[in-house]
Amino acid sequence: MSIDLNSGLIALAPELVIVLGAVSLLMIGVFATGSGVRIVNGLAVAILIFAGALVILMPTDGTAFNDAFVSDSFTRFMKILTLIGSAVTLVMSVGFAKAERFDKFEFPVLIMLATLGMMFMISANSMLSLYMGLELQSLALYVVAAINRDSVRATEAGLKYFVLGALSSGMLLYGISLVYGYTGTVEFEGIAAAVTNGEERQLGLLFGLVFVLAGLAFKISAVPFHMWTPDVYEGAPTPVTAFFAAAPKMAAMALLVRVVMDAFEPLTSDWQQIVAFIAIASMVLGSFAAIGQSNIKRLMAYSSIGHMGFALVGLAAGTQAGVRGVAIYMLIYLAMTLGAFAFILAMRRKGGNFENISDLAGLSSTNPLMATALTVLMFSLAGIPPLAGFWAKWYVFLAAIEADLYALAIIGVIASVVGAFYYLRIIKIMWFDEPLGRLEPVQGELGTVLGVSTVFTLLYVIVAGPVEAYAEVAARAFFAG
Amino acid sequence: MTDWPILSLVTFLPILGALMIALIRDDDEGYGRRNIRNVALLVTVVTFLLSLVIWIRFDNGYAGFQMEEEIAWLGGNIGYRMGVDGISMLFVILTTFLMPICIIASWRAIEHRLKEYMIAFLVLEALMIGVFCALDLVLFYVFFEAGLIPMFLIIGVWGGKRRVYASFKFFLYTLLGSVLMLLAIMAMYGMAGTTDIRELLAYDFPAEMQTWLWLAFFASFAVKMPMWPVHTWLPDAHVEAPTAGSVLLAGILLKMGGYGFLRFSLPMFPDASVFFQPMVMALSVVAIVYTSLVALMQEDMKKLIAYSSVAHMGYVTMGIFAFNEWGVQGAIFQMLSHGLVSGALFLCVGVVYDRMHTREIAAYGGLVNNMPKYAVAFLILTMANVGLPGTSGFVGEFLTLLGTFQTQPWYAAIATLGVILSAAYALWLYRRVVYGKLDKESLKGLVDLSSRERFILYPLVALVILFGVWPMPIFDVMAASVDQLLNEIERAVSDGAQAAALLQR
Repeated sequence: MSIDLNSGLIALAPELVIVLGAVSLLMIGVFATGSGVRIVNGLAVAILIFAGALVILMPTDGTAFNDAFVSDSFTRFMKILTLIGSAVTLVMSVGFAKAERFDKFEFPVLIMLATLGMMFMISANSMLSLYMGLELQSLALYVVAAINRDSVRATEAGLKYFVLGALSSGMLLYGISLVYGYTGTVEFEGIAAAVTNGEERQLGLLFGLVFVLAGLAFKISAVPFHMWTPDVYEGAPTPVTAFFAAAPKMAAMALLVRVVMDAFEPLTSDWQQIVAFIAIASMVLGSFAAIGQSNIKRLMAYSSIGHMGFALVGLAAGTQAGVRGVAIYMLIYLAMTLGAFAFILAMRRKGGNFENISDLAGLSSTNPLMATALTVLMFSLAGIPPLAGFWAKWYVFLAAIEADLYALAIIGVIASVVGAFYYLRIIKIMWFDEPLGRLEPVQGELGTVLGVSTVFTLLYVIVAGPVEAYAEVAARAFFAG
Repeated sequence: MTDWPILSLVTFLPILGALMIALIRDDDEGYGRRNIRNVALLVTVVTFLLSLVIWIRFDNGYAGFQMEEEIAWLGGNIGYRMGVDGISMLFVILTTFLMPICIIASWRAIEHRLKEYMIAFLVLEALMIGVFCALDLVLFYVFFEAGLIPMFLIIGVWGGKRRVYASFKFFLYTLLGSVLMLLAIMAMYGMAGTTDIRELLAYDFPAEMQTWLWLAFFASFAVKMPMWPVHTWLPDAHVEAPTAGSVLLAGILLKMGGYGFLRFSLPMFPDASVFFQPMVMALSVVAIVYTSLVALMQEDMKKLIAYSSVAHMGYVTMGIFAFNEWGVQGAIFQMLSHGLVSGALFLCVGVVYDRMHTREIAAYGGLVNNMPKYAVAFLILTMANVGLPGTSGFVGEFLTLLGTFQTQPWYAAIATLGVILSAAYALWLYRRVVYGKLDKESLKGLVDLSSRERFILYPLVALVILFGVWPMPIFDVMAASVDQLLNEIERAVSDGAQAAALLQR
């Protein structure tokens, strides 16, 4: 169903709100001094929440702007996740900004622009709008990664991210041009139709598919395109890392799902192999490489690589159950990640933040509540029932088993056992080791995020039914026709 | 009161207790500590009394599940379903019975972080009861695996010197076994479209799938049991765990493996169970003989009892896979009896450990001189561990051997060696610790059992003797359900044989 221009603008309402908001906040920020940064930050959060409300309250179904833009239950689900990720990161950055003199009004504005790019990525329905959204997001992220411009580590991380990101964008563009060359269109439906009607599979088209997937795999930091992740996570200021771990992953995963389930749907058996390989490689590398890490941000980087691998297990199934699994996985991953980063931001003693895991020794006796919260999150990330992380894995592996991908599932669960080791190590340091001294009590907004995330993780088992139903509706978007 | 969801009540009451304890402030001296202990004890005692209501309301003549509860939970036919039958009901009682004993055993032994300790134990209790009450495969798995979390912390925080190694080994070993079962559960859900255990019991899984599903379940239960050669986590975990942790490990957690075989492997995959019978028999016999020999050589009391647990679990798997009434009933009885005996033996070790802070056998000797009451209790429990007639250990061991002899006389013959070996290691342990001259200076000041220790050991000793001479109440409960289980297997196997015969024709 195509929507005319006027109602197309209504379908675009959340994005318009964000774009107008970002521009006006930029103006305010330039003239604001002192506490103005905090006001900009607060307004940015309010605008993101407002956009989220618009997504929920004004649902439109269909495509707009000559099929370049799509809005359905799946885009709404993922947009809400993205907006939550962005808004919560901004909330969490307040305390950090005060303590570390990280008070740049550009930060909230850039986050909003990146979020705008992500919204377009999620709603992309043609290769051009895909690329436009992706680049808007990426350019904002390059700057955000290096926003701490006086730090060598941060600038190195930003540069590394930029160079590798530019490379991946190049690959993506090359893939898009190949696909266009062989199908004669950039629209997803058109590509799917052209592939279906084609006499036989063309090798060039497969090359195009591989390049497009490679470019997208970079954005979700899946192996073998993960190299930037640990360095950027470690080098960037912690609120930025939290942002990288949360919102962009949602958008890129949504985009990947959209591309393979819509545009390349007729080539399922081909991309299934690629996705399964990326999934296995990410799960295994994420699990093994994290074992040796001593910096908690680097550890979270490998953890996120592994988790993207698990989420891709659902996508590899290529079924409605699989897409539902991905949606639920991203939701739970978002909740756990935000909680974990709220904790990392709260890792402070007198004399500043620290990032070494071994410095958490004996936290359970000095700060029992914080330790309990992180313990719950770590067991959940390891996938132990009844915590949320178990249910995330449950749905993706269920989809894989139903699609007869037994080898993928078995490798996946074994990787999750290996992964459990390093999560347990953090728990061991907090509970079994001798205390090193108190941490500063966790601040209001960080405490709230940590608490909400912990309670959600702990009690997910109660709301699992309704969430499943909602994700089911989201996944049905690809299988209605 | 008949409409009360009694199973959920018993299962989640300990969680409520844990929440209450979480709200009490843990000051090092004084009322906070006392309140924590009292609340924990009160909650476990009330849970035990409530669980007796289950036994009273239990209908011995009915073979199916009783006191069923059902609430919609996840979409697609995964529900919150609870219920007990003759196989599971007694394990619930055993769990709730051992818990107050564990709490009292930790009364003075645990001073360090008491609050977290009690919370961990109460949460663990809820999860263990849940395992035996769950009538939904996913719910079962959630309870089964969630139990790793509190046990990991119990071993790791309150354990001995090598606690970190032991807790990691325990956790990762069991997790690796369980995740394969998880995949099997998903596959079963895909085939049968439900995870309701009652419906799965009636569902006929295709024979070629049964083999794989059986192996996946076996991976989990064999580790949990533990069967040779995947038993190595158990001695480490037992040795390092605090006394009450060892009691629960030996008393309840090990029984989940045997329960799993009876609840899932046998009735759901009968063809595969018959196919793999020789393998299980062989592993069981190896476990009985080999770990008994290993137990002979131990210098640590807890380690010795741990290896003897592995050997005793060998009788259980042997009895279960004998596929006859004697074997299966004997196996269940052996599990219950072992829960009491090994639990009590660990308490006995705990008694001297609390005084001397060593578990080395060589550090003891001649305790009979100044600890006569302890010596008597320890003697009766040692005899029960050996399987002397008149104690509960005899009934289970004898029946499993008898049942095995009906079908696999050779295996039974070798397994009987284990009876002799168990007498050897158990009596030798007893001789070295209790008999002899009291010539070690450090031991001379030891006092006999305190009233608190008597209070927890004597009931166990009494029950061990009671069920040794009068086991009928136990058999009455399980008879109907076991009969039904065996009939199901026989029917399925003969169906399969007929189908195979038809195919050949």
